[in-house]
Amino acid sequence: MAGLLLRLAGSLPALAAVIVVTFVLTRVLPGDAATYFAGPTASAESIAQIKAMLGLDRPLPEQFWNYIVALFHGNLGMSLTTGQPVLTDLAARLPASAELTLCGLFVAIGIAVPLGIAAAVRQGKMVDHVCRVLVTAGVSLPVFFTGLLLVYVFYFRLSWLPAPLGRLDAFASPPPTVTGFFLIDAAIAGEWETWRSAAAQLILPAATLGLFALAPIARITRASMLAVLGAEFIRTARASGLSGVTVIITYALRNALLPVITTLGMVFSFLLGANVLVEKVFAWPGIGSYAVEALIASDGAPVQGFVLTMAILYVLLNLTIDMVNRALDPRARRGS
Amino acid sequence: MMAAGANVLAVDGLSVAFRTRAGTVAALDRVSFTVGKGETLALVGESGSGKSVTAYALLGLLDAAGRVTGGSASFEGDDLLRASPRELASIRGRRVGMIFQNPRAALNPIRPIGRQIADVLRRHAGLGPRAAKAAAVEKLREVGIPDPARRAAAYPFELSGGMCQRVMIAIAVAASPALLIADEPTTGLDVTTQAVAMDIMARLAAENGMGTILITHDLALAAERSQRIAVMHAGHIVEDAPTAELLAHPRHPYTRGLLAATPTAAGTLDDLHSVPGGLPDLRRADLPPCRYAERCERRVPGCDDPLAWRELTPGHLVACWNPA
Amino acid sequence: MKGLAAPLRHARFVVTENPVTGFALALFILFIVAAVFGPSLAPHDPLASNTAQALQPPSGQYWFGTDQLGRDIFSRALVAARLDIGIAAASVALVFAMGGFAGLASGFFGGWTDALVGRLSDTIMAFPLFVLAMAIVAALGNTVPNIVLATAIINFPLYVRVARAETTTRRDAGFVDAARVAGHRDMGVLLGQVMPNIMPLMVVQMSLTMGYAILNAAGLSFIGLGVRPPTPEWGIMVAEGASFIVSGEWWVALFPGATLMVAVFCFNLLGDGLRDIVDPRRRT
Repeated sequence: MAGLLLRLAGSLPALAAVIVVTFVLTRVLPGDAATYFAGPTASAESIAQIKAMLGLDRPLPEQFWNYIVALFHGNLGMSLTTGQPVLTDLAARLPASAELTLCGLFVAIGIAVPLGIAAAVRQGKMVDHVCRVLVTAGVSLPVFFTGLLLVYVFYFRLSWLPAPLGRLDAFASPPPTVTGFFLIDAAIAGEWETWRSAAAQLILPAATLGLFALAPIARITRASMLAVLGAEFIRTARASGLSGVTVIITYALRNALLPVITTLGMVFSFLLGANVLVEKVFAWPGIGSYAVEALIASDGAPVQGFVLTMAILYVLLNLTIDMVNRALDPRARRGS
Repeated sequence: MMAAGANVLAVDGLSVAFRTRAGTVAALDRVSFTVGKGETLALVGESGSGKSVTAYALLGLLDAAGRVTGGSASFEGDDLLRASPRELASIRGRRVGMIFQNPRAALNPIRPIGRQIADVLRRHAGLGPRAAKAAAVEKLREVGIPDPARRAAAYPFELSGGMCQRVMIAIAVAASPALLIADEPTTGLDVTTQAVAMDIMARLAAENGMGTILITHDLALAAERSQRIAVMHAGHIVEDAPTAELLAHPRHPYTRGLLAATPTAAGTLDDLHSVPGGLPDLRRADLPPCRYAERCERRVPGCDDPLAWRELTPGHLVACWNPA
Repeated sequence: MKGLAAPLRHARFVVTENPVTGFALALFILFIVAAVFGPSLAPHDPLASNTAQALQPPSGQYWFGTDQLGRDIFSRALVAARLDIGIAAASVALVFAMGGFAGLASGFFGGWTDALVGRLSDTIMAFPLFVLAMAIVAALGNTVPNIVLATAIINFPLYVRVARAETTTRRDAGFVDAARVAGHRDMGVLLGQVMPNIMPLMVVQMSLTMGYAILNAAGLSFIGLGVRPPTPEWGIMVAEGASFIVSGEWWVALFPGATLMVAVFCFNLLGDGLRDIVDPRRRT
């Protein structure tokens, strides 16, 4: 418990940095919020008026203080596009993004980890070459482009999957909200028709994200598995006659997973960014497409809220990774 | 083939080759020796002489580039060199145990030591999870680890090097093997701990009639702890004799060089300066039949004949055309 | 010049030994030619619309087909090479200068310089990088220089880490002390002794991040940041083609997207090859 609190405290600097940077980006730099709000035809006078209204004419420290107070009250401003408080909008759309990102991550891990293991165990064989090509090609894929290719093949050509238009087809209605994850909510409500519709809509965007995140995970799994397989304790395990499965899974993989988990931090950085692009391709009603719409409409508050949300999510994800790592690695647990 | 009845292991003509970019390397050439029941055979030589390769070849643990090219290794009625990977996996840990140098790195860093011993017991003694756990604590007690029930939950990084080596020994002998291969078991341990570790191995050997191959570059250790010594040089066993006999009457020039360098047999081969030259490059195409010939001060024209092992006195074998 | 002979020999070995690197090199030359001479090589005017010829599939006349305004996609993809590669190259050069110098100073002086640079890196790393790039462009204004700057900033921590690690190693190796004893000033030692030694790895870093920089810039354009239509740019062209994918006009998005992908692939392969030449130990 004390450890948990300590870790939480450890991520405070990152949170502080995130808050300062979002403040600086939106209030201090030349492209200022008042111009956004006033619109392109505004006179200098009306801009000044809006500045006063938003508190932008105050000294910077005071603005910063007000900004932090507002943040702690959950006040992220209003969206001009939707007419709703930004916090409400984000809260409503976050589950869509989370469901997509997590599914993408599961796809990636489900393919990349076994592939990386196989490539390391059978180094120099066919599966290793496949892994190498996938890894190099994977990091070169523009995620928005692979999404479109998948849509063309699986929707337009083969008609296996529905059109890339959101989380449900036009005839389904969303399940009663419990978690906001359609797959889970539909299962809870027992609405299997809805579940199937949601799953069908989810396959392509999740596969797109998964393909994207696959490369770094497979690469690090292979490298770390290779390093572990060459370690002396694996030789001991073999010399003790332990079965192949025990040696590779219990002894090698558990050790090899530690660097993989650490790398997930970087993977999440990529994944959260790629999420924005994938949401745009698939008209996915998440916070990424919300931000893109706001960007195009020069609507400042939602963009700021989005950046803040993403950054806080990322800090929390890194915190989780750190805790998982400590749970799995006794050296990290007892060392410090 | 009927070897002496009391032999646990009889290795005959073991040859190993490694593929490298510069061609094939004959890392071991016709290595032969026996280990009797309860006997400790010391394999002595400089690093790179092929001691560890011998051990790995016997257990089928050579890395992908290495291959056994000839010979047999008769172990309790099985030929280790012809056993299938499956058979070998059930021999390793159950009938042959192995101890490695650098015990801390040789143990799984993120698995409690009790679990690591229990893994071996579950595999080889057919114990269930609970029984294996209890038996692992017992094994820890046998190798003299204080408070074994609590220590079973410890990780290698929480133990001293000496404690790790005891755990290593416990893993190697968990299933009461007939043969123990100890590869530089005392490297990196302080003198007291070295003695304790060797005492534990000697006790277990005496109690169970376990044969031991002690691989070391430490002549003093070999002299003190073995019944026979086989001296290795560049993939050949150049001399093989009972320990007292070898120390008193070394016949091979290389052995003599080693002993002359450490007259009291108290030094290690690492600080030998009086054996001139180093190990020959085994990749060379023009390797002489006797791989010591180019370092040898007793070289005679006959040395260019094919290498042969001769029994000069009963039980004392030498590979030399001009023994002292 | 004698010192160059061995690396060159090694380079020739790497290229001949690994045909993929040779292939990447050929592609690279192709892209550079497109970037330099693109506008004069294009068979059609990349901006001229011709609604009579809208959405034509690939043919002998229009190799990559035409888009919704009847513009030749091949010419547009060709001309876009200059902008896309230019943005990436400029941002990589910028971050090379900023990150390289910050890392060098941080590793050389230690102390508060190191702390400051470290804090700055940590702050950048606290964000998902693409999201940070979006935020920077949104805040500074929707222009090409800002895309360059944003792409440079998100790569900053990577360059700092490489430069800092190398500098620390060199500093500890002792020859910096020797130079100091010989009476050189700090700056002189830094620029004269340390920098030349970390250059090879930094160049490798540049080629490894080129691909990512291209992807990043194209991604920003795809969501409507930075380059604006009708300027030919791979990301925008894919975005424009996106709506035609579901109606079967695949070529509008496919060719620009594929060009983008091949360009990134080429830079990544080249980066790997270059790393093998400079630093053979780090092969994975």
